[in-house]
Amino acid sequence: MIEKITNLLKKQIVAILLAILCGFIVAAIILSVAGYNPMEAFSALFRGIYSKPKYIANTIIKSTPIILTGLSVAFAFKTGLFNMGAEGQYIMGTIASVTVGVLFDFPPVIQIPLILLAGMVAGALYGAIVGLLKAYFGIHEVITSIMLNWIALYFNNFVVNLKALHKDNTTGTYPINDSGFIVFFDQMKRTKEGQASLKESPFWGEIILRTDFNAGIIFAIIAVILVMLLLKYTSKGYQLKAVGLNMDAAEFAGIPVKKNILQSMLIAGAISGLAGALVITGMSPHKLSILPAFENYGWNGVSVALIAGNSPLGCLFAGLLFGGFLYGGQTVQSEVGAPSEIINIMLGTIVFFVALSKVVVILSEKLEKRGKKHGK
Amino acid sequence: MANNILLLIGISLMYSTPLVFGALGGMLSEKSGVVNIGIEGMMTIGALTGACVGYYTANPWIGFLCAGLAGGAIALLHAIASITFQANQTVSGIAINLIGAGLATFLCRLFFDGATMSQPVPNKLPKIFGAGNEGIKQYLNLDITTVIAFVLVLFLYVFFYKTKWGLRIRAVGEHPAAADTLGINVYLIRYACVVCGGVLAGFGGASVTLAIIAQFTPTAISGQGFIALAAVIFGKWTPHGVYGSCLLFGLAQAIAIMLGGSDLIPAEIISMIPYVLTLIILMLFVGKSVAPKANGVAYEKGKR
Amino acid sequence: MEICKDYAVQMRGITKQFGTFTALNHVDIDIKKGTIHAVLGENGAGKSTLMNVLYGLYQAEEGEVYLYGEKVNIKNPNVAISHGIGMVHQHFMLVDNFTVLQNIILGKEVTNPFGVIREKEARKKIEEIVQKYGLEVDPDAYVQDISVGMQQRIEILKALYRGAEILILDEPTAVLTPQEIQDLIKIMHNLTESGKTIIIITHKLKEIKASAKSCTIIRKGEYVDTVDVSEVSEEDLATKMVGHAVKLVVDKEEAKPKDIIFEIDNLTVKDERGLPAVKNLSLKVRKGEIFGIAGIDGNGQKELVEAITCLTKSETGTIKINGEEIQNTSPANVIKHKVATIHEDRQKRGLVLDFTVKENMIIEKNNEAPFAKKGILNWKSIKAYTEQMIKDYDIRPEDCAEKQARGLSGGNQQKIIIAREISGDPDLLIAVQPTRGLDVGAIEYVHKALVRERDSGKAVLLISLELDEVMNVADTIGVIYDGSITKTFKQGEVNENTIGYLMAGGTDDRENH
Repeated sequence: MIEKITNLLKKQIVAILLAILCGFIVAAIILSVAGYNPMEAFSALFRGIYSKPKYIANTIIKSTPIILTGLSVAFAFKTGLFNMGAEGQYIMGTIASVTVGVLFDFPPVIQIPLILLAGMVAGALYGAIVGLLKAYFGIHEVITSIMLNWIALYFNNFVVNLKALHKDNTTGTYPINDSGFIVFFDQMKRTKEGQASLKESPFWGEIILRTDFNAGIIFAIIAVILVMLLLKYTSKGYQLKAVGLNMDAAEFAGIPVKKNILQSMLIAGAISGLAGALVITGMSPHKLSILPAFENYGWNGVSVALIAGNSPLGCLFAGLLFGGFLYGGQTVQSEVGAPSEIINIMLGTIVFFVALSKVVVILSEKLEKRGKKHGK
Repeated sequence: MANNILLLIGISLMYSTPLVFGALGGMLSEKSGVVNIGIEGMMTIGALTGACVGYYTANPWIGFLCAGLAGGAIALLHAIASITFQANQTVSGIAINLIGAGLATFLCRLFFDGATMSQPVPNKLPKIFGAGNEGIKQYLNLDITTVIAFVLVLFLYVFFYKTKWGLRIRAVGEHPAAADTLGINVYLIRYACVVCGGVLAGFGGASVTLAIIAQFTPTAISGQGFIALAAVIFGKWTPHGVYGSCLLFGLAQAIAIMLGGSDLIPAEIISMIPYVLTLIILMLFVGKSVAPKANGVAYEKGKR
Repeated sequence: MEICKDYAVQMRGITKQFGTFTALNHVDIDIKKGTIHAVLGENGAGKSTLMNVLYGLYQAEEGEVYLYGEKVNIKNPNVAISHGIGMVHQHFMLVDNFTVLQNIILGKEVTNPFGVIREKEARKKIEEIVQKYGLEVDPDAYVQDISVGMQQRIEILKALYRGAEILILDEPTAVLTPQEIQDLIKIMHNLTESGKTIIIITHKLKEIKASAKSCTIIRKGEYVDTVDVSEVSEEDLATKMVGHAVKLVVDKEEAKPKDIIFEIDNLTVKDERGLPAVKNLSLKVRKGEIFGIAGIDGNGQKELVEAITCLTKSETGTIKINGEEIQNTSPANVIKHKVATIHEDRQKRGLVLDFTVKENMIIEKNNEAPFAKKGILNWKSIKAYTEQMIKDYDIRPEDCAEKQARGLSGGNQQKIIIAREISGDPDLLIAVQPTRGLDVGAIEYVHKALVRERDSGKAVLLISLELDEVMNVADTIGVIYDGSITKTFKQGEVNENTIGYLMAGGTDDRENH
């Protein structure tokens, strides 16, 4: 019996579920101290996630970019790099996507891939800076990537004010040409007849007419699968992992370490850049705005990756969870009145307890020992 | 011209002050071998607490002290995670940043009717030449926090290089097993350093919201914690080196502000200067930088 | 034996567990005051664990400790120190960028009431001890700049500075030259003459014979015996340590060297600090011979290996395999030229500990048929290959292909590396400290593997700090001193003392007698 429990406790997924539970408990305590009913708040949270089709759709839409930034961080982590720069790579992705999407107007079959590619390339190059600084100057990637995030933020604001892109009397750029939209049934939504025929299905009608339900999630799932395959079944993935787990041994075995660090950051950056491109092509307002502070798509990706235990598949679920909490959190504020930041505290607490997950293993080993003693 | 230079010095010192507190806090923690990415979060909590207590008590000094305590309390979480439970210190630090930012805004909304900005504090921390805006005060009237930060640097220098406590902290950060075999309590020293580091970071946050600006805003602390960490690296984990690098970052900020008045360069590009400068400095100097050897490595008794 | 005040240390029924592993099982030991007492056992037998219990670094689950007949409870090193116990660890516990003085006073500083260190007083106190026992040190030198022998003296000084009466030395001779060992033994006798008690933990039989009065043997966490050293032979001690009779020499036929296959000419390499560590070094290795390099740590061995494997830059000179120059290319190129290396640090350079055994097997061939085609890994063939290797090289446990390398014993980790390196059919096999940290059985296995490679006509370059190993295994012995091969011998031409003398920088006048 005890053996079963200890074996269960040693599984990573159990530790993560426990961390999530702890996050709820801590949030409940804080809410009660602040004078709110935690049960009401949590039920508002969950109602805000799934009580209406449009809520579910919006959760998925919100989750798409952070699934990808999470994947970016998790992938880099698997190869031994702490990519705190997902935010900056994401921003660069959005900048490139908007630039291409505004300046060109090809048919969708060309326009969409072109925008996505532009976002990925921009993110990849921006990620590569981190890789270069790490590989050739030996600077820890955490510091450089955080600095680059701020630089990207200001660069965004700089680009917004460029004449070619800036829309007069707004704080933003022009939206991209709609040939670049990946929103489902985008054309139908614009005509009366189309709207009428969409309304025939109440479920899908609500989702499609009242949200920006788009193809982004499909791209996210494909990216997750590709990363899994890369890491598991290719020599490249093997080399990246070897460098990540033991750089010295990899170097000694003839695996070029610097090249692999650079490649890893290129890929990680491309994934974050893709997240940016999908937000631009998939979500209103399809444009850049002046950013007074980070939108946190990238920072949240760091949390997603940590909650996912850096498993690519885990990022899909952790991303949905995270996106749900962020979206549903708005309901907490509107219905219960508790500041929506309680969600950020809760998520931070979850990450904190994920960091502590080693405790579970230590605890289970102690339990095991005690079990053995009793057995004697 | 001379006035401009005085102004430049004044602004440099003003912006470097929070960095000095944050960086010294980070250095203290890292000297003992605990990586502290969470400085940003600790500064944010300090900023909120300082503004909040300063507003309600109308006494900025009480606000300043409470900010230190709040920073220390958050740091205690990091200490528990990274010392007792040997958690990944970077992950724990990230969690501290998330919690710090979330908690600060959450509390701000609670105390200030749902606003993410606090009310301005009635009394700011004093300036060395007193209130007013005439004569030299116009250009170079330093905050008292700037002086405290400088005294702190001197104190920490003596502390680290002349006292037995400094010797022990450095030993714990370099070779914890060696310290342990000599009967030095590695865990206790690390706890003390991380918590005191948090206190300093809290002071740093309050030095923004009680001296530079007079209220808490969600962007009061925006990256200073991370720049402070860069200053620790660039300053080679020594109090004087850290101080020098913070001054340099303050200078970059001051140049940015003074250039911001002109139309020569877009303001957004100028805003990048401190961050770009950090990168360039790290690129040029990090190779020669020497981190404490056990920095970031959890110490497990009996494992070596 | 009864508890009695003539005994400095008596331990009774000591049991220590790490998780589910029992490191010590009811072990007893009695150490007479004013003597040198050896604790003998293989790597992992539990001898260091026992002494760590005595020093308070570990807490025993069961058992009692008596000092001079009094029962004591040693909860931590502070208590041990206050009881006059000092310990010199195998891996020196010194802070590299501290001065000698700082290292000695750490934790027991002389200060004013404000905690400011009074350096003068501390210096005086240290100098008194230095003179009393003849331990020569420079208090202001930084530890990173001084010799290993001096580092050890600092460790002894640290203990004496704290008023140690009982001194535990863990593997004290592992890194010393024969001459330094003689000096150490002299210091130990000095100490016992003034009433101190010394415990040495070791697996080296010769030194026990040379220094200790009595010896307690521990095997796999169990007490075996305590003997009077003068009454037993080295072979007896070895048998007791291992549990069965062992051969202390390596079985091999005479070498039949053929053509030169590997040649280093006039090589110069700088170390991390930019100072020349390998200086105009030349050597030649023939097919069918084991070329052994004997030398004290820090005489350029590390840099030599790094230069051959292209981990570091060669300043001057050439390194040729099969006539082709490989210096300053890349590790991958060296491997391509059929040079295989068993690195001394198997956990850092040899293995990816978090990879499975299967994954570790293909680290050099991860993009080669049959393990990968067009960049896609073929896990089936990798697994089949690994299972064959596990069988051929007797890697245990047998079902470890899918297990993390981290979970295997040191000997089995080394077997993974040996299997991987030898199976690549190299022309030159470089083995650096291949038996470090292994138990007797595994050492025998490694030596046999090297001889087998030689017998199949391959060249082997053995670099070891264990002089016995080089003397026993190598067909040709080169002595490295200060970055150069100073002298080369055929096996059996010279004795250990001569080589030891050369290793310490002696000129070759003396060995002509």
